Amino acid sequence: MSTTHTRNAARTMMSPAVILLLAWMLVPLAMTLWFSFQNYSLLSPGNESWAGFNNYKYFLTDPAFSEALVNTLLLVGGVLCITVIGGTLLALLLDQPMFGQGIVRLLVIAPFFVMPTVSALVWKNMFMNPTNGLFAFFAKSLGVTPIDWLGHHPLLSIILMVSWAWLPFATLILLTALQSLDSEQIEAAEMDGASSISRFFHIVVPHLARAATVVILIQTIFLLSIYAEIFVTTGGGPGNASTNIPWLVYRQSLLSYDVGVGSAGGIVAVILANIVAIFLMRMVGKNLDL
Amino acid sequence: MGSITLKKVAKRFGDIEVIPPLDLAINEGEFVVFVGPSGCGKSTLLRLIAGLEDVSGGVIEIDGADATSLPPAKRALAMVFQSYALYPHMSVRKNIAFPLKMAGMDKASIDEKVNKAAETLNLASYIDRRPGQLSGGQRQRVAIGRAIVREPAAFLFDEPLSNLDAALRGNMRIEISELHHKLDTTMIYVTHDQVEAMTMADKIVVLNSGRIEQVGSPMDLYREPANVFVAGFIGSPSMNLITGNAATEEGATTIGVRPEHFHLSMSEGKWQGTVGVSENLGSDTFLRVEVDGIGTLTARADGEFPASLGDTVYLTPDGERMHRFDASGLRMVR
Amino acid sequence: MARAVTLNRRLFNTGLAWTLGLLIFFPILWTILTSFKTEAEAIALQPALFDFEWTLANYQEVNSRSNYPRFFMNSVIIALGSTLLGLLIAVPAAWAMAFVPSKRTRGILMWMLSTKMLPPVGVLVPIYLLFRDSGLLDSRIGLVFVLMMVNLPIIVWMLFTYFREIPGEILEAARMDGASMKSEILYVLTPMALPGIASTMLLNVILAWNEAFWTLVLTTTKAAPLTQFIASYSSPEGLFYAKLSAASTMAIAPVLILGWFSQKQLVRGLTFGAVK
Repeated sequence: MSTTHTRNAARTMMSPAVILLLAWMLVPLAMTLWFSFQNYSLLSPGNESWAGFNNYKYFLTDPAFSEALVNTLLLVGGVLCITVIGGTLLALLLDQPMFGQGIVRLLVIAPFFVMPTVSALVWKNMFMNPTNGLFAFFAKSLGVTPIDWLGHHPLLSIILMVSWAWLPFATLILLTALQSLDSEQIEAAEMDGASSISRFFHIVVPHLARAATVVILIQTIFLLSIYAEIFVTTGGGPGNASTNIPWLVYRQSLLSYDVGVGSAGGIVAVILANIVAIFLMRMVGKNLDL
Repeated sequence: MGSITLKKVAKRFGDIEVIPPLDLAINEGEFVVFVGPSGCGKSTLLRLIAGLEDVSGGVIEIDGADATSLPPAKRALAMVFQSYALYPHMSVRKNIAFPLKMAGMDKASIDEKVNKAAETLNLASYIDRRPGQLSGGQRQRVAIGRAIVREPAAFLFDEPLSNLDAALRGNMRIEISELHHKLDTTMIYVTHDQVEAMTMADKIVVLNSGRIEQVGSPMDLYREPANVFVAGFIGSPSMNLITGNAATEEGATTIGVRPEHFHLSMSEGKWQGTVGVSENLGSDTFLRVEVDGIGTLTARADGEFPASLGDTVYLTPDGERMHRFDASGLRMVR
Repeated sequence: MARAVTLNRRLFNTGLAWTLGLLIFFPILWTILTSFKTEAEAIALQPALFDFEWTLANYQEVNSRSNYPRFFMNSVIIALGSTLLGLLIAVPAAWAMAFVPSKRTRGILMWMLSTKMLPPVGVLVPIYLLFRDSGLLDSRIGLVFVLMMVNLPIIVWMLFTYFREIPGEILEAARMDGASMKSEILYVLTPMALPGIASTMLLNVILAWNEAFWTLVLTTTKAAPLTQFIASYSSPEGLFYAKLSAASTMAIAPVLILGWFSQKQLVRGLTFGAVK
């Protein structure tokens, strides 16, 4: 619904964003793909040669890969479970009438604004440290042996840290969705004789489903690429116990200087992300009304 | 200044032909109303004239010059939108001054023109407020003010009164008509409300599915609708359109009788019927009468007419004012 | 829904919500408190909540020893620079998609969203090598560009959802009033969309400020922002909790405050307008 003139102008104005994003997506991706078929080490530059699928074979058969894959799924799944369930409960609580709701909201949302390196270091040192951490202090006060969180349960520790950082986001979105629920709908259901439990399951839950989908989509995008928390806490260890795919790729390419294998890992990460993305976009595509 | 000629103007959206090629001449100073049911293409036609849409074919001439490919800004037309489309971040004064500012006019002349427009439209008392603080009627005036300062060749109105309540709509109708007399500028006015068309227009263009059904003065359309569509669309309550035996008797496929062109009687007449629900407006009563073999007819009676639900009444159409249409729906000449 | 709720119920809600809220906020509070302790108190066997010798020594030491202002400036430049550059590219694009939609608009928007799905490690190697070869490694300009690209889809989406709420008739009115494309965007669209543009900016500054993949991978010293500054505390040397806390507090305070102001926009921005 417009003239050719405005449509042309629109195309011109859209092109910088589209071209940049297209280049940002395609150029490095094509390079990664190319490198992934090369024997290419940063330690001996100039000695590149065609490697075929060797890099993929190496990366995929490395026991670290399967561990990293499982860790990635546990990390994403664990954080999603904690934040979506916790966020729903918290949102339901915050939606109730109370004193100082605004301030509680501010308290709850705060962790989201803490940069990942800070939150990871604070948790690692001041809470989870087995000698000086606050958790150790509470354990000792109760007469229990303090847990060496990052030493013995590295992945769980990281799941907890990341959940802390993302719980506010889930809560805030679910709360916003709750507050947008038309009160007349609830009242109508009440007039129709629905009990508070059936009101919750038949009206509130379906209404939240859309918001929850969005929470899952957005969080998955970010959780699939968790990096900083591992970088400053466990370094992927002990062993590979807290190595996820991004960390594995980083280690291969920039710590072991093996560009070929690192790139193959990068491509694997892209494929995995795409598999997840296809499901998520299907789910969300319907929910984003345009 | 202000004649607009459409020659074979057509509009397609993709494969869908919204407006088949049509010709229309609008004379200088005329008040022309495009009327038709929603989706008939009247707003699209207005937007084609405004230049907000490209024509798919044909030529639009403004004051004799080809304006088909001119951008809206260059057509010297002003438009009042359905939603008023006031700039919410500007005061009333700035809103009205905006087109002049865009035209590069100096500050003193802008002020002078804005003040004059404010006086004409009686909006001086709220000239420093923002649109958000105004009532619907006041916003409407500002939108008109913004249109008149440009002294355009023609004004385009796109259903300007549809967001106002009934009482205000009546007042604004009169104000716009008065404005037309004062300015003597061409106005093209789009509406789906045939009352607005009847009361304001010099010339009504009835549109249906993008086609022009009839062009004429309000009374022409009322007296001699060119076809069944116009007959049913113009006039309120709408004309009774009767098919079947009653029409065949008159040598037509369809006959039309306006509610006000029946003679009513409690005792005798041409058609006997039973009174259904009637609407009493005080001055008039509109009776819905169930007539055997014909169907439900609407008839206007005097406000004090004694019939009530279930009574038997007799209707006699005024033969002089009966309209006859042929099988293709066209008016038959007597 | 005006509904009578008993005072007891309300008090119970209040108590529970405040307890949970404080619990969630506690790590931040604890960090801030620790930053004012001496190192000895920070790891005392009996940690004190408020009852300790308050000191600013940690802040002074962090400032003098690790050149905090430089990291801070890098963060500011990178966050603001990438956001402003992103807005410059995104405003016209969002204008086009919101006001001149075509059959492809939805597809383009979904595609932009999908570029966010591309894991950074998938392009880590080439970006690293390209940066190394063009001397952009450890440069602010390089990071500004990368973070702009990373956040561009979010900026476009946010602006799009704000622009879409502006009625197209207003822009058409401007066109009828003789405004050129430039005047239309400058005098009509931008002022009307200003609140939306401001919140888009705020959210993206926060996201860029906290970005911790590219900033860690592509910088070492010269262009290193606060994420890198804090990461340098990951290998502890002696007593350092109080100093870590002071550094952390300084790193998070600016965005925490910005974030509190923009929490409503956060929902809209990060959910691509799907939840309002």
